[in-house]
Amino acid sequence: MKTTITVNGQASPLDLDPRTTLLDALREHLNLKGSKKGCDHGQCGACTVLVNGVRINSCLSLAVMHDGDQVTTIEGLAQGEALHPLQTAFLTEDAFQCGYCTPGQICSAVGMLKEAADNWPSWATDDLDSAIALTDAEIRERMSGNICRCSAYPQILAAIRSVVGDAA
Amino acid sequence: MRPFTYERATDVAAAVKAVADTPGARFLAGGTNLLDLMKLEIERPTHLVDVGRLPLAAIEDSPDGSLRIGAMATNSHLAADARVRSRYPVLVQAIVSGGSAQLRNKATAGGNLMQRTRCAYFYDTAKPCNKRQPGSGCSALEGLNRNAAIFGASAHCIATHPSDMAVALTALGAHVETVAASGATRTITVADLHRLPGDTPQIETDLAPGELITAVVVPPAPTGGQIYRKARDRASYAGGLASVAVAGGQVALGAVAHRPWRAEAAEAALRSGASPGEAAKAELAQAQDHGRNAFKIALVSRLMAAALDQANTGRA
Repeated sequence: MKTTITVNGQASPLDLDPRTTLLDALREHLNLKGSKKGCDHGQCGACTVLVNGVRINSCLSLAVMHDGDQVTTIEGLAQGEALHPLQTAFLTEDAFQCGYCTPGQICSAVGMLKEAADNWPSWATDDLDSAIALTDAEIRERMSGNICRCSAYPQILAAIRSVVGDAA
Repeated sequence: MRPFTYERATDVAAAVKAVADTPGARFLAGGTNLLDLMKLEIERPTHLVDVGRLPLAAIEDSPDGSLRIGAMATNSHLAADARVRSRYPVLVQAIVSGGSAQLRNKATAGGNLMQRTRCAYFYDTAKPCNKRQPGSGCSALEGLNRNAAIFGASAHCIATHPSDMAVALTALGAHVETVAASGATRTITVADLHRLPGDTPQIETDLAPGELITAVVVPPAPTGGQIYRKARDRASYAGGLASVAVAGGQVALGAVAHRPWRAEAAEAALRSGASPGEAAKAELAQAQDHGRNAFKIALVSRLMAAALDQANTGRA
């Protein structure tokens, strides 16, 4: 089935079995191996990518559902040799050990910061009428869809915190 | 995953006709539950009609003061909507307590209602399950039934409905609008959308084949406080062991029955002047456990009393 997805700014025509997930299309057909297959059931977040700027689990979506969409993967975040601020922050804060969950963590964090800037609430939001303040509790709650088996959570929080600045 | 064909629907009438006319066809919206079950070959559709791009994502005020939520509105957009936040905080809390942000960004209002149970035996294709394979038996009756129903279950199925959103919608007295293949439209309350298991647990809703939920309509909120409380095994990204939605004097429970459970006995007790604890006791009088889930009776009792107290006093 013919599908065209714009991946990291480049229109990518594909001819796929409808069963192909977005994750498998990225990894196996477009050779973008940054997005990882962890659980393949939406439970771990290692496959997180941005679709039209919004983070989703690419393992739980069919590629053909994304005909015409703009997809950004970990490979698309840097500007040439200049890393995305969150990539730099993960390096500076040592926010990983094995690194397998890291591309998903970083893509998720990019989406999370946009959601918070757009004032989307979370389970940690006490006051639905005020602007979101990205407290540590908010960041942890909003990142709960990304599991780190090495348990680098304190450093992941520190990396995101360093990009956010102090909570209001 | 079994092979299937795929089409992206461009209008509602063609979508419902395609599903009604094609044996084994299913609607596909966010896909977060359906595709997961297809990978496990628990769901085996032959044809998917992708309704995710239909123009059904708007959230609009109705002249009668209701809020009409298009079935394709994502869970995230619904929870972020300013009108929902100010009028229906219980709905926001329920939605953001469910799944992860990635899932809520994909999952739709209609799809959330249509998600299927997380009963371990429904997922374990090596074990009998009347819901997955009618007539094979219910492994949960004597098995790992820690998260099984305490209300409305049968000898054929003790599974629960997993939605948080639906519990808040039930407390708020919301209804869905549907369209059938004939073009006929109707409304069904969210409380009545899902069936009790009886001897046909494989039939989970009252929707006809090909009938599509097009909107969820929430009436003006009842007077009084609103709160959603959820008990779970970890603090985030976990299904509920039990949950309670309170909207004024209206109460619904989650993860305790084959459908979101409107706590009518508790509501009646409250109208008669009962305390939160007495109201909870009235509701739990009809509860029945299956062994490993016996703790849910005390859990729900305390959770409901605390939620009622919190909604009415603002105390945490």
